[in-house]
Amino acid sequence: MHEPHDMPGEGRPDDDLILSVRDLAVHFPLGGGLLGGGKRLLRAVDGVDLSLKRGECLGLVGESGSGKSTVALSILGLLAPTRGRITVDGQVVTSRQSGDRKALARTVQIVFQDPYASLNPRQTVRRTLEDPLRVHGVTAKSEIADRVAAMLRHVGLRPEQADRYPHEFSGGQRQRIGIARALILNPKIVICDEPVSALDVSIRAQIINLLLELKDTLGLSYIMISHDLGVVEHMSDRVAVMYLGRIVENGDWREIFERPAHPYTRALIAAIPDPLHHAPLATTGGDLPNPLNPPNGCAFSPRCRFTVDVCRSEPGPVLETRADGHAVRCWRSEEIAGRLAAAADWDVNS
Amino acid sequence: MKLRANLVIGGSLFALAILVGLLAPWLAHTDPVMDANLMNAEEPPSWTWWFGTDDQGRDIYSRVVYGARVSLTVGIISQLINSVIGVALGLSAGYFGGWWDDVVNALTNLMLAIPSLIFALAIMAVLGPGLTSLLIALGLTNWSFTCRIARASALSLRSQGYVQAATVLGYGDLRIMITQLLPNMLGPLIVIGTLGMGSAVLSEAALSFLGLGVRPPFPSWGSMLSEAREQITTAPWLSIFPGLAIFLTVLGLNLLGDGLRDILDPQSRSRRT
Amino acid sequence: MTGTPLLEVEDLKLDLDTGSGRVAAAEGVSFRIDRGETFGLVGESGCGKSITALALIGLLRHPLSIGGGVIRFEGREIQHLSAARQRDLRGNRIAMIFQEPMTALNPVSPVGRQIAEMFVLHKGKSWREADRLAVEALANVRVPAPERRVKDYPHQLSGGMRQRVMIAIALACGPDLLIADEPTTALDVTVQAEIIELMRNLCAERGTAILMISHDLGLVANVCRRVAVMYAGRIVEERGSADIFRAPLHPYTQGLVASLPRLGSRAALGRARLQEIAGVVPAITHFPDGCRFNPRCAQATEICRTAAPDVDLLEAGGLVRCHHHA
Repeated sequence: MHEPHDMPGEGRPDDDLILSVRDLAVHFPLGGGLLGGGKRLLRAVDGVDLSLKRGECLGLVGESGSGKSTVALSILGLLAPTRGRITVDGQVVTSRQSGDRKALARTVQIVFQDPYASLNPRQTVRRTLEDPLRVHGVTAKSEIADRVAAMLRHVGLRPEQADRYPHEFSGGQRQRIGIARALILNPKIVICDEPVSALDVSIRAQIINLLLELKDTLGLSYIMISHDLGVVEHMSDRVAVMYLGRIVENGDWREIFERPAHPYTRALIAAIPDPLHHAPLATTGGDLPNPLNPPNGCAFSPRCRFTVDVCRSEPGPVLETRADGHAVRCWRSEEIAGRLAAAADWDVNS
Repeated sequence: MKLRANLVIGGSLFALAILVGLLAPWLAHTDPVMDANLMNAEEPPSWTWWFGTDDQGRDIYSRVVYGARVSLTVGIISQLINSVIGVALGLSAGYFGGWWDDVVNALTNLMLAIPSLIFALAIMAVLGPGLTSLLIALGLTNWSFTCRIARASALSLRSQGYVQAATVLGYGDLRIMITQLLPNMLGPLIVIGTLGMGSAVLSEAALSFLGLGVRPPFPSWGSMLSEAREQITTAPWLSIFPGLAIFLTVLGLNLLGDGLRDILDPQSRSRRT
Repeated sequence: MTGTPLLEVEDLKLDLDTGSGRVAAAEGVSFRIDRGETFGLVGESGCGKSITALALIGLLRHPLSIGGGVIRFEGREIQHLSAARQRDLRGNRIAMIFQEPMTALNPVSPVGRQIAEMFVLHKGKSWREADRLAVEALANVRVPAPERRVKDYPHQLSGGMRQRVMIAIALACGPDLLIADEPTTALDVTVQAEIIELMRNLCAERGTAILMISHDLGLVANVCRRVAVMYAGRIVEERGSADIFRAPLHPYTQGLVASLPRLGSRAALGRARLQEIAGVVPAITHFPDGCRFNPRCAQATEICRTAAPDVDLLEAGGLVRCHHHA
């Protein structure tokens, strides 16, 4: 089964962890045909373990269909897991029907990708920020006004702008409003779901800097979901790489980017175009497999150039944690690392 | 600028009809019911009798003016009832989904399958004629389109980021529906509501024409048409003027509906480029 | 390469009818692309890069129109050609692929048919022959089992496969120029790598020039030999792609290059605060006077606020449009 790979070390207090996800699985039954053909099961997330320490930023990387958004929705309590246990700041997350919805709201929040669709066009910024406070029992008018004004300043907007509607703001400013809304209840964890990929390129740095500043000043912990590895490397302390519903590699950011151990992580990094050279991009071959019909053995085996017979046989590789806390789900990671190092030496020497 | 023309003409016609109804006591020349005088029976339109008189010598102009009250009351109130029912069912069905959505869908399909006028007729037959019965009958039978629109809007809005954000912020379902979904679907609902008022005015006329509307002798445009049908060849003005009133009001409401659709449709508003 | 360039754009101006008057959505746009060359047009939303592409291919529609300038294809002006001649040019000589292939493909027609149509329309082939060529075209864009895939409808294919089909359609008639407008923005990085390599290799084999349009300077610099950076409707810098990335000259380009977290930079230099470009991207209707970048530029002086800078041609080739470029 899946070994929790980064349980807090012995002697370290458990409350160092603000979030723990254990063996999370989210399966969606897809209707069979009209004639009752067997129901198919989409294993969007299948046995994921994650931990987030206080004040840490965990990068969650993977392509569409990897399950990273499903993990996020489960942590937010918007999806009922099929299996597994999510604990947020000591509180067990269950599905949205439970009465703990509000308590969870004060712990975990989310910043969405699209700053246009994620703000109610018919509500002023003030209303967008005041309503959550009222819902959570803040009644004193002066307190509400103070907190809204303070939050607007935090995200780099002026309190006078509170009575405007979303369409009066630019994309970057809207994303600031989205961030303010996520922070207004003083949550401890913020899930940033592609927070800059819908923004103009010249605006992205502003938002990235803002998020990092807020993390330090407000003592937040982040889960940073992005397909932009440059952004993930810049922001994350640790990085988990997902492929087809499973974590294939998890470790310190420096380890992941300097010594990626899983062939998929290598492929992701190699696929990023080098602006300084017209070198061909490293291609992986093939599309993402159909998640309804995942390959046997290692899910990456059909696209991996290191695949041997064992990779295609069941059971697939397990996520193995090395002594330094770096976890990899690959039968051959050490062998491959050795071969690549040898090849690099050979390159240098020849 | 054609868009604005719809809005202005439609709005003016509708406003005019409402004004006429409100100011009826001042606009009318005579009392629409009491001032019968057989001496003046079936006078054609003239300077004295603008729209002519009926077989009891009542002034058609005054009756048309007072008739606006019934027709518009029925049109507006019954459509309001329809809108409330349709929005409540459609919005909740689209938001919650599941078995409740199935129930509402089945109900809507049922309503769409039965011609609403026949259904209203059946209700009137049970309740008996009269203004209240008319409001109930028309208010319960014409909400299916509103419901469809509200459901479809709720379904598409439900996945918007701000609705998800509200859920994450711990808003209750009712609050999400009222503050996040409803304001963003008002545009099409107003359009449907305006068009629905026009059809309610027509339905009132039809029911009154069949003798199931407001009790004579108090005038409504439909009942006036009904009473006039036997004199259509001898005294055509008895049908023409209430008919014209219905026509202009319904036309006005339809133009208004179209005009509102054009300005409320987010597609036509200034788009970011 | 000397002689007549494949495509030459001179002082192109594109007007936007706002309903209450015309504004220039792009102006003074000039560049040339030689046969078989790869050229990139980079900028943010609203900078005018995509509408420039649409103008080249004759697909500008109201409220946009060509307000001036010349577009020459193989030396002939094409901006005033009749609709029929433009149609002929499109597909046959100039082809285009878009960001979202799902919207560019006909959802109710099998993809094989849509490729075959190109051969029937532009090459006068019979449908039987065209169907055979369609299978071949799919094989060329490395779609596995092409004889079965031709019968698939667009929704049955993945995003990457759909973009392959788009490339097959675009290259069906052997065009001289392929315009690729954000061809991989909707795709995952590993799929992006596949599509870019496919496009690059096919075009290199056939000598097809590429005009690539993207917001991603890094990607364009990797794919294209020369890059033009657009800001608020004007080209502000145009140079060899490696130069533009190594030593950008225009403050906007400098800002872009410096503001993006680049893979490996944190490991090398530590996590420094990213250099920001202040302010917001101006709306088309409110382009600033003078140099359009001046409200966001740290180096802006009085002259930047009043006078639009002229193009400075660089000795080493390329150009920059900045008052403070010595």
